[in-house]
Amino acid sequence: MRIRVRYSKLGKIRFSSHRDMARCWERALRRAEVPVSITEGFSPRPKIHFGLALSTSHESLGEYLDIDLQEPEGSSVDLETLPERLTPFLPQGVVVEAVSVIERSELSLQEAVTVCTWLIEVPGVSPEQLEIDVRTMLDATTLPVIRERKGKKVNDDIRSGIIDLRVIGATPSDAPEQGAVFEAELATQPRSVRPAELLAAFDPPRNEGRVRRTHQWIITDGARREPIPAHATARAPAQAGAR
Amino acid sequence: MNDVWPQLEPLLSKVAKPARYIGLEDGARTPHHAADKVAWLLSYPDTYEIGLPNQGLQILYEILNENPHAVAERAYAPWTDLEGLLRDRNIPLFSLDTHRPASAFDLIGFNLSAELTYTNLLNMVDLAGVPVRSAERRPEHPLIVAGGHCTYNPEPIADFLDIVVLGDGEEVITEINEVVRDWKMSGRTEGSRENVLRELSHIVGVYVPSMYDVTYEGADLVAVTPRFSDVPERVEKRTVADLAEFPYPKTQLVPITEVVHDRLNVEVFRGCTRGCRFCQAGMITRPVRERPAEQVRTMVEEGLRRTGYDEVALTSLSTADFSGIEKLVGDIVKSTDDGPPVSVSLPSLRVDAFGVGIATQIQRARRTGLTFAPEAGTWRMRQVINKLIREEDLYSAVEAAYSNGWRRVKLYFLTGLPTEIDEDTLGIAELARNCVELGKAHTKSPSVTASVGGFVPKPFTPFQWFGQNTVEELRRKINLLRDDTRKSHGVQVKWHDPKATLVEGIMSRGDRRVGVVIEEVWRQGGTFQEWNERFDLELWTNAMAAHGIDPDWYAYRHRTEHEVLPWDHLSAGLHKDFLWQDWRDSLAEVGLPDCRWTPCYDCGACTGYSIEHIVASATPPAGGSQGTGQDLSRSVPVTLLGRAPVVVGS
Repeated sequence: MRIRVRYSKLGKIRFSSHRDMARCWERALRRAEVPVSITEGFSPRPKIHFGLALSTSHESLGEYLDIDLQEPEGSSVDLETLPERLTPFLPQGVVVEAVSVIERSELSLQEAVTVCTWLIEVPGVSPEQLEIDVRTMLDATTLPVIRERKGKKVNDDIRSGIIDLRVIGATPSDAPEQGAVFEAELATQPRSVRPAELLAAFDPPRNEGRVRRTHQWIITDGARREPIPAHATARAPAQAGAR
Repeated sequence: MNDVWPQLEPLLSKVAKPARYIGLEDGARTPHHAADKVAWLLSYPDTYEIGLPNQGLQILYEILNENPHAVAERAYAPWTDLEGLLRDRNIPLFSLDTHRPASAFDLIGFNLSAELTYTNLLNMVDLAGVPVRSAERRPEHPLIVAGGHCTYNPEPIADFLDIVVLGDGEEVITEINEVVRDWKMSGRTEGSRENVLRELSHIVGVYVPSMYDVTYEGADLVAVTPRFSDVPERVEKRTVADLAEFPYPKTQLVPITEVVHDRLNVEVFRGCTRGCRFCQAGMITRPVRERPAEQVRTMVEEGLRRTGYDEVALTSLSTADFSGIEKLVGDIVKSTDDGPPVSVSLPSLRVDAFGVGIATQIQRARRTGLTFAPEAGTWRMRQVINKLIREEDLYSAVEAAYSNGWRRVKLYFLTGLPTEIDEDTLGIAELARNCVELGKAHTKSPSVTASVGGFVPKPFTPFQWFGQNTVEELRRKINLLRDDTRKSHGVQVKWHDPKATLVEGIMSRGDRRVGVVIEEVWRQGGTFQEWNERFDLELWTNAMAAHGIDPDWYAYRHRTEHEVLPWDHLSAGLHKDFLWQDWRDSLAEVGLPDCRWTPCYDCGACTGYSIEHIVASATPPAGGSQGTGQDLSRSVPVTLLGRAPVVVGS
């Protein structure tokens, strides 16, 4: 049996890496005594499949992982209460939002998710100025960037990966640096556009303040859905300002 | 007190591994500071990854936070990238638990486990906004306190420390807390700093360097004497009589980011009486105090359940010597059978088939490499250092390892030991080659790695009188080994660059005069000297030259019997004449069996403090020689001074 878990990662814990989070999850699942399947062989590992990596220092309202449960023990796990059972065993700032059973035939998270929505704070910029920046970006037909790949500089164009940009307004009062906020919809396939690349493509390049992934999207037949909707299990959504 | 988080937060996305600075570990406490509680900032003068697992600090963190009169938080050395940003913006050193400025604490306590971290200590004190020299501090500054193995000779850093603690901290920390609390409640008035320090010097185990005068005659240190009649002439270490009373850490910190020894650690005993003459830890932590097996089992079981770790290490200086280790390990393996796989590790494996037997029992998966520490290449040399392992023991261990499916064997050795001749050094290569031969019966390409470290003599060991090998001599020996093993298939020699051994030697046995060198190196930016890529020998040699410190005199000179040693006014419980006799025995190649299972030698560690070994079994563990029941009378006379690396100075 395979389950999909949705969780948020907000506050100080945003400075942990994807690898750090993977180890936190392994320990949390052992502590909650969830019967996770184990790989065979010399160094047995729990069968956990992580979704798209979240960069160190970025927050998220919607992170995902898939977990294979042992049979038959897995079917007796109460999925309704699993989020509440897991959250206390995870670092402060990580809240399990929802759990659902998925088919093993379903595409992996890394294949299935094609678009992410981001909330990006830009320090030292007024909302009006950011509006002009964003307009320029959307009006451009190409946005050439130079990427480093295996030590070699490669020319690339990120314009096709930018689906939409919308200015929200001034940064909230709890922001470490004042400025403006915008929402970005960025593709993850065929190649992923990262918020830092996006900001570097602005003219002039903009600094990155707090960044929060708000959604990951799976698009089937033109319709977008989240891997698990936020309200899939009955519990309060994460507080947006939570630390 | 406001926290520095708002200023710190925007910096963290600019530095490497920012998770080191956020806290949030499972097991971290939420401290409630108050005017009637003494606030401790427990610090490790190295990165988070090295410092967090330190068991001593974790034990004190819990004991203090359980005390209604104390709160404790933690700090580690920020890496150079963050330090630069902090200094640019005038942000002070901060605690990880609540990101409180270090200067808001009443004491900043350091664990000192390695001499090369001394410049980091100065750097952290400075980052805290506190003058690095004790004499320049004022009542509003925190007290700077240090404990840990290095404080058995704190003289090189004596001018930077307000208080030094010798030995086990579990009990003395509460006594210190009470005295500091009175000081805090009295409002830390002008001039009160000296009073509180004098008061603290009355606590057994507490050394206050500023309460002592140091006298020199020419180059020689002749006395360290208390300035006041109520200050003790000699400071005795503290020893916890019964480990069972201190089942700490109860809630070991589980870090979010990866650290060294990232696993559950349960201390099974403290102290060691194997009597290896190079080993300071074994000498200063006597007597042996075992934790009851039942308590160990409980701590392991509860610890695994609470932390979610899949590995537990049973820690001590020689875990295979724990009474009933086989049953203990068997019980742990059995109790974890139903759940997800758990591996048990013994950080120190005994060199015989018995040790491998235990390893076989616990490492049912991941059977890749085993490590043994014969420490020296010939039986003669091993008698000198009292690491009484016969070649047969090593071969039986290696044979057992290969026949049980291990494919790689790692052997630890020291070079630059007293009386060492090239035959002893080359004996390392010979042992390694013989081990490869043994492996060939079991695997196609057996591999043996000989890891060689340069020996640095330490205070309160029989080798405290020995003038260490020069950096050049150590290099020559390592090259000798490399040349000799170049064509030995399957043998790999790895070595630690000996350039740091000179600095370690000077810090290890130096006196107060070398403090200026530490300060100078720190001022020149010489932090993180224990990191190979940051160590800079030139910084040290320049500072020594500038301040007239002769490295040869401090590191390479043999000490004489009646010379005053810089730590003679401190005591690890060991009689100096016992150490001297052991030093003479060493030179005569006479081994000394383990006193757990033989009559007492009166080293002083038990008798001096009216405590005893706490060992569940009075019979030595089965199998192997390990200093028990073998003929140690054979001796070949050698002279030490004839092979001295340099001429005895001044």
